[in-house]
Amino acid sequence: MAETKEKSLSDEKPKPRVRPIVRLGIFLISHSFHVSVVCCTAGVLALFLLPVLAKNTYISENALMPGSASPMLSNQHVSDGNRLVKDLTNPNSKSSETGIESHKIIAQYMLDLGAEVSFHKFHPQMNQFHPLHFFSSPDSGKIQENYSCSSYGINTVGIIRAPRGDGKEAIVLVTPYNALKSGFGEALSLGIAYSVFSLLTQVTWLAKDIIWLVADSQYGEYAAVAAWLREYQTPKFSSLSTPNAEMCPDVNNLFELKGHSISGSKFSNSFRRAGTMAAALVLKVRDQNEQFEDTISIYAEASNGQMPNLDLINVVNYLAVHRQGLRVNVEKLWSLLNSSWLKSLGEIFESLAKVAKSLYPKWKFGIPATEYVEGTATLASSLYYQALGVPTGPHGAFRDYQVDAITLEISPKFSLDKVWRNDILLRGGRLIEGVIRSVNNLLEKFHQSFFLYLLTSPSKFVSVGVYMIAFALLIAPLPMVAASLYVDANSSSNCSKGDSSTPSAITDTDEHSIAIRSWRWLNSAKLVFIVHLWGAIVSLLPYFISQIPDCSPTTSFMIWVLLSILSLLTLNSVLASPLACAKATQEKEWALVKSVTISSVFIGLGLMSVINFATAEIGALLMVPMCLLAQPLKLDVRAGTLRSFCRMICNLVLGHIAFPPAAFFLLKGMLDGFGNANVGDFWMWVESLWAWNSATYLFIGMVELPCWVLCISILFHTC
Amino acid sequence: FDPISSSNAKPPGVELWAVFDVPQHHIDASWKNLTHTLSGLFCASINFLESTATYSTPEWSFPPASGNVRYGTLPCEAVCTENLTPWLKLLPCRDKAGIALLLDRPSLYRGFYHSQQLHLTSTGSSSEGIDLGIILEQTLTVVLQPNSEMAIEVHASEKHIQPSWSLSSIFGKQVSGRCVLAKSSSVYLLLDRGLVAELKFPNKENGKSAANGLTSENFWSNPSFELSAKPDRIFLEESSLHSKSLSILYMFQVEKYSESEPFDIGLMWKVPVAWLCQQTPLHASRFLMGSGNERAAIAISLKSTQFTEGFMSANCKDGSCELRVDVFQVVPWYVKVYFHSLRVFVDQQPRAVSDIIEKIHVSPSKDKMSPGVMEVVLKLPCRVNTAALTIEIDKGFLRIDEYPPDANQGFDIPSAIISFPNFHASMVFLEDDSLNKSPLLSKFQEKCPVMSYTEVLLVPLTTPDFSMPYNVITITCTAFALYFGSLLNVLQRRVAEEERFLKAKAAKKTGRLPLLLSKLSAKLRGRRLEPLHSPPSSSSFINSKLVLKVILVAGLGVGWQYFFS
Repeated sequence: MAETKEKSLSDEKPKPRVRPIVRLGIFLISHSFHVSVVCCTAGVLALFLLPVLAKNTYISENALMPGSASPMLSNQHVSDGNRLVKDLTNPNSKSSETGIESHKIIAQYMLDLGAEVSFHKFHPQMNQFHPLHFFSSPDSGKIQENYSCSSYGINTVGIIRAPRGDGKEAIVLVTPYNALKSGFGEALSLGIAYSVFSLLTQVTWLAKDIIWLVADSQYGEYAAVAAWLREYQTPKFSSLSTPNAEMCPDVNNLFELKGHSISGSKFSNSFRRAGTMAAALVLKVRDQNEQFEDTISIYAEASNGQMPNLDLINVVNYLAVHRQGLRVNVEKLWSLLNSSWLKSLGEIFESLAKVAKSLYPKWKFGIPATEYVEGTATLASSLYYQALGVPTGPHGAFRDYQVDAITLEISPKFSLDKVWRNDILLRGGRLIEGVIRSVNNLLEKFHQSFFLYLLTSPSKFVSVGVYMIAFALLIAPLPMVAASLYVDANSSSNCSKGDSSTPSAITDTDEHSIAIRSWRWLNSAKLVFIVHLWGAIVSLLPYFISQIPDCSPTTSFMIWVLLSILSLLTLNSVLASPLACAKATQEKEWALVKSVTISSVFIGLGLMSVINFATAEIGALLMVPMCLLAQPLKLDVRAGTLRSFCRMICNLVLGHIAFPPAAFFLLKGMLDGFGNANVGDFWMWVESLWAWNSATYLFIGMVELPCWVLCISILFHTC
Repeated sequence: FDPISSSNAKPPGVELWAVFDVPQHHIDASWKNLTHTLSGLFCASINFLESTATYSTPEWSFPPASGNVRYGTLPCEAVCTENLTPWLKLLPCRDKAGIALLLDRPSLYRGFYHSQQLHLTSTGSSSEGIDLGIILEQTLTVVLQPNSEMAIEVHASEKHIQPSWSLSSIFGKQVSGRCVLAKSSSVYLLLDRGLVAELKFPNKENGKSAANGLTSENFWSNPSFELSAKPDRIFLEESSLHSKSLSILYMFQVEKYSESEPFDIGLMWKVPVAWLCQQTPLHASRFLMGSGNERAAIAISLKSTQFTEGFMSANCKDGSCELRVDVFQVVPWYVKVYFHSLRVFVDQQPRAVSDIIEKIHVSPSKDKMSPGVMEVVLKLPCRVNTAALTIEIDKGFLRIDEYPPDANQGFDIPSAIISFPNFHASMVFLEDDSLNKSPLLSKFQEKCPVMSYTEVLLVPLTTPDFSMPYNVITITCTAFALYFGSLLNVLQRRVAEEERFLKAKAAKKTGRLPLLLSKLSAKLRGRRLEPLHSPPSSSSFINSKLVLKVILVAGLGVGWQYFFS
């Protein structure tokens, strides 16, 4: 491109001025190398700057008014909660094999408070891979086969109707509870929920109904909550051939036993509902804890990196820190906390900020190095869990129905005396009460604050406007490089042709060849398309492999790899054979392929950033350098300079890292150590991804893998 | 069935329906008049019902049908004190005397439920010309919980007695005499059928007749409860077909009491009694199904309450017994209903619509014009346990000016009316003298179908970001500016002229200002001044020396600042 420009400049003919915007474009394209280096470094740097740029959270919705009312939860309610905990941990209640006794106890306690109680039976529904069900709304369950009476769970649901509300909205409180092998923590979480519940039956300020869901977590917390939500939102009215749970003697027994002791219509075995859900809180208490403080962990990531409204986290954080004196933390990548390079980076930023502050006192953007390291660790885990697209707790089920939900995990400093237990019940209860009261104040649904954000600490966040910059800088060079490569390939072949052919060539054929040449990219586009088609096939393959019975993860992974390679070869031989005929233009063939690859990667990353930003960001970190650097190894070897040698090394390293399984093992090795890495792990990981309908799976299968294959094919291009 | 709960239990918000006795084309105009009058009268936003998008014309859901009925609801309109005061003003003595004295606002609004009703009937048509007048019927229904302090300790004690109450403990006030203008003023106390049936039991063990036990002279020292005042009269319900026991009505006349001896009736429970009110044959609930902001479905589920089983069997002589259920549902226009997707499930089995639905009348909604109305008559088998109706809806998109101020709360769908024409809510009491028949009792005797309302639904619609218009304006303006700028540029340009001009310019020496500029840049670059013919190529802008110099100057400035501050 540069040559053409010089040539055009050297033409002494006065040319009409080029429009500035076009000139800028040409300038950028002609300097695409520098531009891409600058942009990529800036993009990575901006990513590392995010903890510095994080803003303090604030409560955006005025109606929430957290902590403006003094908590009403008294010792009376705490002792009520304590009673329930005692009854549940009593060895007598555990004698029953199915744990029905403890459900009965809970239901009895709820009824005594005057709440409406119902049991919800469900069959755990295994997550299955449905190739076409990505992004579709959760359906009302497929026809369920061969359920036996032994495998069902029972959710106990208690509902308090707001005395002065209109019953249009509800707040959900979820406590997972495994009746079979419940730890003390689960009983304690029930105790907290019960003490709040007993308070809420008496208060006059309630405007929304309260639903307390004791989710039977013997088949996993998520499954229980999801089953209840499915029944709540998309019930099935017809139950044609499915064996109903009513046929099972155990369940009937349960209902009968309840029936005679309870008066009135408060108890029913039909499903009960209460309006549109405004928010949901999942409460857990961790059993053992090594920390010295009472802490609360907040888990917020739902499927596909969706987050609840930031206000919900803010309210919890505000109440926990400023009212109840609990420490709040969000998840961190602990391995990053001790890394020295991050620390030194933090120190550099700190000193830079110091200098900047001394220059101009209003520039206050520095944070201490330790805080920076912690922020980065939190940010990394926030990015990681969002990118994974797998919910981090039962709250993920709510997000599928546009309900804001978070999981609160209280991990108390562990001791067994009664005072301590009362203290936890009181503080946890008051926290829950405060949050419920805030949400209760809300007239509208959560909409004021952010939905797209990354947390760097419980009280600091990076909003979409800031973190998009890093991503935009990373992918900005892609279209430029693609354009420059395309122009380059076209013009250079043009030149070579001009040199080789005799100057007396007939202009007719020349025009004809130009027309052909300008369509030459179609060939490369075909190649890229074929590879992407292959990617789609590869991402569909696990569905068929998972149908094979009795397959260990390792063997299924091997089958997958074999089938993938086989299908690639088949596709190549069937569809790509006419590619070979374009002999004349082969010397720049790779440039065209690279250009089309880069544009397809750009499109893929752009699309993914809309669906799940974190995935796109991590993908861009891996793929952008690989795409930009890819060049046939032969050329580098031939050139033999230091620069080409460096490029070769980079290419080889990136070619290994960017291969999805390799990247996975590298990440896993960094987090857990390389000792126990197993080939089957990747299969398990992929299985979990598709089971949760994570878009990351599609991204890996249809964008990243084809891109990697194309880059490898460029590396080994014969030219 | 209990006429009190059937005719007085209303959904939240405002419900207004009117029958017009005017020519067809005047109805809408008089409806408008009516809404505005009522809204002025009660300080409520009833005037919102004026627009055609909010009210509907039921065909046969309301008894005196035939097309001149108008029905409208405002589900999100909250009723509060400011609505009560004008309502009280319609009373002759307001709340200064008579029973209305009881209406103490704090205790009234502490209750679980309250609704105020106004029923206007014009008696005698104008053609007859006689007895032209309007009967105004005012009803205030309140559900209160007596003695909330007692309720707190309820769960502590194993066997609890339901709280005793008295008028003064509930309302915090006492009645002293009647309003001077009132013809009669009395308080009635109704013992529900279920309660009477429960109370019978201990008596039966003693071998006494239950009704005697309750109506005999010493009823207040009854084994189960005690009344603090002696009722003036006791009414016993006429035996009805379908219930085992009869309800009992005590009447107390307020006239007898005075300032010195205020009327304060109380009831003391002695034994715990638990009873259930008579429920409608089917319990109706309505909910929203589905997720997402695009599609959803409304489901109305009907569950049989075991209560009516006995009646069912009595009513069902031959095998083919049917239970008729009328469903009347108004859906605002922004929720688009697909009427063809109506599906019926009976006892968890999907059934053909034509099997179950006897009659259906549908008027589809028109955007911003009229709401959708669905009137369905269902014929269910008597033994039905559960029945469900589902109908799919589309959540519409509104224009930005059509959103209410609190759009993010969601939109309300007014409650559906489920009525059971086979059942009548009425109570006929045996009366000794039919001369001064109490209006309340005669109202009880009116036969009207049992009705129940479903919940109000809250449908979250997609709402725009309301700060969006600003962004949209900015973006569109930018796009327009770019478009028109380039268009004008293209229109204005004459290519040939430009080329000629360029040629001339190349031949000529450069002008003064460009010369100066080029001199300056040349000096900056430390080069000898040379006349430039072509504009400097863009790549030469980034000259390493130039950049170095700029950086040097900036660095000097920074250093200076740093050391001297």
